[in-house]
Amino acid sequence: MMHTADLLKVFADHRGDAIVISGRGGRHWITLSDTALDIPLGDPAMGGHAGFGLGLALAQPEKRVVLFDSEGDILMSLGQLPTIAEQAPPNFYHFVLDNEVYATTGGQPVPNAKQVDYAAMARASGYPRAMGFTELDDFARSLPGILAAPGPVFVALKVFPEVENTPIGQRVRWRKRSADKVVSDLRAALGVV
Amino acid sequence: MADGAAALSPETVMRQMKQNGVTDIVWLPDSETNWLYLLMQADPDLRLIGVTREGHACSIAAGLFAGGRRPMLLIQNTGMLESGDSIRGWLMGLNVPVVLMVGYRGYTRHGVNTDTAATYTERFLMAFNIPFFLVENDSDSERISQAFALADRTRQPVVVLVGDEYHGFNR
Repeated sequence: MMHTADLLKVFADHRGDAIVISGRGGRHWITLSDTALDIPLGDPAMGGHAGFGLGLALAQPEKRVVLFDSEGDILMSLGQLPTIAEQAPPNFYHFVLDNEVYATTGGQPVPNAKQVDYAAMARASGYPRAMGFTELDDFARSLPGILAAPGPVFVALKVFPEVENTPIGQRVRWRKRSADKVVSDLRAALGVV
Repeated sequence: MADGAAALSPETVMRQMKQNGVTDIVWLPDSETNWLYLLMQADPDLRLIGVTREGHACSIAAGLFAGGRRPMLLIQNTGMLESGDSIRGWLMGLNVPVVLMVGYRGYTRHGVNTDTAATYTERFLMAFNIPFFLVENDSDSERISQAFALADRTRQPVVVLVGDEYHGFNR
């Protein structure tokens, strides 16, 4: 198991000029980078981050697009995997933070949490490369090669859950920009306004 | 409505897409707009992105828009009903000016529906405060451009309901 904050620090050293959709790693990523190419959307509607990443990667083929998705999102929209594999954007790097629970609702386990092989699901859906890591050292060693090769690639990462149990209204808001502002900032930075 | 020449032709819809700069169609097959697919597939300037559930089309369209493309959704009303939270979060919440062309399954023009997909379609749109236009034949096609203009002006999704009389269903 890895700590999300630790693996994001490892990734930050290799990020380059990639667009980063921080997804379920958002609260940690925002302490490392918060530019117009960082896309902390929060949770617009669960299950959709992979689709957003696909659309962005297709629209910006010259930019690497990196997504930190979650296993709960993947389970909610498994059908996005074959769509991504069919479109096969070579600039799309799909990381999945698998903490085995619904952390933001109190830590209830996702169905069959310890038995599901997400990398195998991605491979069976047609991703040309899919793999999983449970240890930070292994991930750190492999990351440069993962990012050097073309996507789409799917990387499942076992992480410790960071369970939130306080009522939503009492939680500390970590995002500095609204989700629509994040999108408009990105469009301005890309020159597509 | 008369048959034949007065029907909504796929060429007319394609012309509207071109006029409005559509670059990507995010779609799932449905029984009302099936006639468009072969025509779209033959167009090298259009990218077709097939989804397995209509809600997925919303976040994909949001990503395409964020990256500077001009997507359009092509789905059926049944899938739109299923997609409420994705429409809310990924399209309305992110201010995505996108047109959803929605096959109006069960539409009869008579106001008497036997298909609950039709019964709840306009009620759903009104509940979400999403503007919509009904298109049944070629003479209505300018409404598609009006939908694009409204989406751009409001930076919000707008729906074009495709009445199914092209097929001769439900008469």
